[in-house]
Amino acid sequence: MSQTRSHKTADQVVIAGSLRNTLMISLVGIALVLATLLYIVVRSYAAQIAQSTQDRILSASVTSILDAAAIRNGQVNVELPYASFSILSTQADDRLVYAVHQDGVFLTGYDTLAFRPQQPGDMQFYNSEFDSSEIRVAVATRRLVGTNQTALISVSIGQTRESLDGVLREISQNAALLGFGFFVLMTALSLWLTTRAIAPMTALAQSVQRRGPADLRLVQSPVPAEMAPLVGSLNVFMQRLEQSLNKSEEFIAEAAHRVRTPLAIVRTHAETTLQRVDRAENRQSMRTMIRAIDESSRAAGQLLDHAMITFRADHLEKQPLDLSELVQELVRSMIPVADMKDIALSVTTPDELVFDGDAILLRNAMRNLIDNAMKYAPMETEVEIHLTADPVAFAVLDRGPGFPSEEIETLAARFARGSNSSGMIGSGLGLTIAEDVAIAHGGRLDLRNRKEGGACATLQF
Amino acid sequence: MRNLAVLTLWLLASLCSPLLASEEKSLRWEDRRVFSNGTPTQRLTILSSTDAGYLAPLISEFVAQQEDFEIEYLVAGTAHIYDMVRSAPEVFDIVISSAMDLQIKLVNDGFAAPLEDINAPDWSVWRERLFGFTAEPASIVINKAALAHLPHLETRQDLISLLRAHPDLFRGKIATYDIRRSGLGYLFASQDARTSETYWRLTEVMGSLGTRLYCCSGAMIKEIVDGDILVAYNVLGSYATAQSAKHPQLEVIVPSDFAITMMRTVFVSKASAEPKAAGQFTSYMLDHFASQQGEGELELPSLLAAGNAEDRNIVPLEPSLMINLDRLKRRAFTEEWESAIIQ
Ligand SMILES: Nc1ncnc2c1ncn2[C@@H]1O[C@H](COP(=O)(O)OP(=O)(O)OP(=O)(O)O)[C@@H](O)[C@H]1O
Ligand SMILES: [Mg+2]
Repeated sequence: MSQTRSHKTADQVVIAGSLRNTLMISLVGIALVLATLLYIVVRSYAAQIAQSTQDRILSASVTSILDAAAIRNGQVNVELPYASFSILSTQADDRLVYAVHQDGVFLTGYDTLAFRPQQPGDMQFYNSEFDSSEIRVAVATRRLVGTNQTALISVSIGQTRESLDGVLREISQNAALLGFGFFVLMTALSLWLTTRAIAPMTALAQSVQRRGPADLRLVQSPVPAEMAPLVGSLNVFMQRLEQSLNKSEEFIAEAAHRVRTPLAIVRTHAETTLQRVDRAENRQSMRTMIRAIDESSRAAGQLLDHAMITFRADHLEKQPLDLSELVQELVRSMIPVADMKDIALSVTTPDELVFDGDAILLRNAMRNLIDNAMKYAPMETEVEIHLTADPVAFAVLDRGPGFPSEEIETLAARFARGSNSSGMIGSGLGLTIAEDVAIAHGGRLDLRNRKEGGACATLQF
Repeated sequence: MRNLAVLTLWLLASLCSPLLASEEKSLRWEDRRVFSNGTPTQRLTILSSTDAGYLAPLISEFVAQQEDFEIEYLVAGTAHIYDMVRSAPEVFDIVISSAMDLQIKLVNDGFAAPLEDINAPDWSVWRERLFGFTAEPASIVINKAALAHLPHLETRQDLISLLRAHPDLFRGKIATYDIRRSGLGYLFASQDARTSETYWRLTEVMGSLGTRLYCCSGAMIKEIVDGDILVAYNVLGSYATAQSAKHPQLEVIVPSDFAITMMRTVFVSKASAEPKAAGQFTSYMLDHFASQQGEGELELPSLLAAGNAEDRNIVPLEPSLMINLDRLKRRAFTEEWESAIIQ
């Protein structure tokens, strides 16, 4: 239970932000800024070009009028050429105003167009108003020289900006479309880029996630330079974990050996001493001592087995094995003990039963069940051991008193012993081990009492 | 004291302004007709250079359909129309004139209101305000009966040769527009001069034969019908054609070397008190001319009757027409014209 909780906590990572989102938001933000900039630049550039086009036409018109001006017979003659106005025709039928001044005095045209003194030669442009419409005006001055007079003729021509505004509107629309298109493209690109940048991390996370609990191989697939420290640390960490796991397995085996051996020695000595002691009370205490040693030895053995099983079950490494052979072999090894109690072990197995599992665990579980049957059944009875293939199940049946029925639900708990166990040496871990092994192999332990008397313990897979 | 009297008069005038205004207006127009049907509540004033007869059926039809309207139709010369609109734009709702340049200038200077939803070819519209609705060539009109024994006229050159060959026959019997008094006459003359040098030669020949100058096409046609004039140059062919049914001695010749074709144009005054009604009438009139095909009696030739603008050499509706109205340009042209025609 506590183990499950700690596992969950390890899975729940504290999350602060997302690389993907940060990257995406930054890129889209940049795209937005660039798109807006693009729109503004294209628009203002186009506006400039459109304006300069209008200016050029206006200045051509002004020039054509100035060129036609002359002093003839001592009189200033300004006759507007037809072309000077016809080139000003626009798509939007723009209005036009013009004025001709001689030496600052209004000569012809619209007197509302103010005179602007200026040097001969250069063309000037300015914005003004005519009948509440905005107009663009071009103005230039030319010096006319006659036989005995000179005159400064300035010509101003103004044109409304409706056609220009139409063009600008169109350009603005197109620029907006361009900006939007750019933005969409950039967004799509950033999405792709982000996904690509994040991909190695996702891949690593997935490959680590996919691994079994015992798979502590180092990460070999190439990763981007930025991830090298993380993957390096991960590899070092896994290596250390594997080493420490190996060590604890060794440690358990070592500990079992180290506890059992001295206990066995002590027991041998105690028995030898018992032979030699004559006084009844001494003999009694020696027997108590031997029994205590047996209890300790059994407890130590079962505890270490249980620890070992918990460890192996956590990192279960399944291998295909022949269950039939395993059971036969196990029973064979237990015959001597059975003979001491005059118990007959009868075994039925299929010829061959291939099963994916951990042989050490399975053997341990089965031994505990057979061990119980022999321990709680009376002398000179038969213990039946059945291995069936479909479904895969291992059952041990005896002719003893059976499980105490009111405790049957709790017997598999750790250190749980039944009321019928008094006087028997045991630690209450046998059924726990059998159940843990069954669960580790995706099965369960089934305890029943037989109708004809006796217990039936089944490992079902 | 005198000021006070003027003020009182003015106040009185403004009180009964419709009466007085029309009184004042009557001084300047050649014809005035009022069309109404039932009990009109709205009044539209049309200032036009087109003789009332040509548009009367159309206007009657309109007031018959729209009983709320009463239409006052005032006829004046093109130059007059220009002056009147400039000085009192609020008096007139719709302005119709054959002088395209003057109309262009009025629209350019902001006297017209835009009309939306009018379906007309681009070349017949300027600024969505000025709409051409007829295409009428400047023609040579002759008294066929009096000239029957002479070779047939087709071009300006033919006319020059004819006048030179028979100076005594034609002396004092040639008519053309007085470009100083007629806006349309000036438009025709300036376009003519712009197109070909022949114009000046012809004008000089005409001048040498004591050409008589007229304000309007109508007057010239009347003189030809009467036999006082044998040949009139640059007359509105449409008027003459309309009259030729009644007076078979009239012959209208559209010069085959080149013809100056003008559009009669219409716009709604920006200062109009009834812009909606004015717009309604204008689009009704434009629709009428767009659909009308035949050139029967008292009908003006439809704008769309034959081909597009370029094929028929229609004077384009463009601000470049304003060049003709430039004071200096006009003065120079008029001086040249005077020195040719008045000898
Ligand atoms: N075959 C059986 N017949 C009757 N009772 C049984 C049988 N097997 C187990 N039990 C009861 O279930 C209890 C738990 O069994 P379990 O194997 O877990 O412990 P144990 O045998 O007492 O000790 P040990 O850990 O040394 O095996 C026993 O104490 C006994 O009461
Ligand atoms: Mg047991």
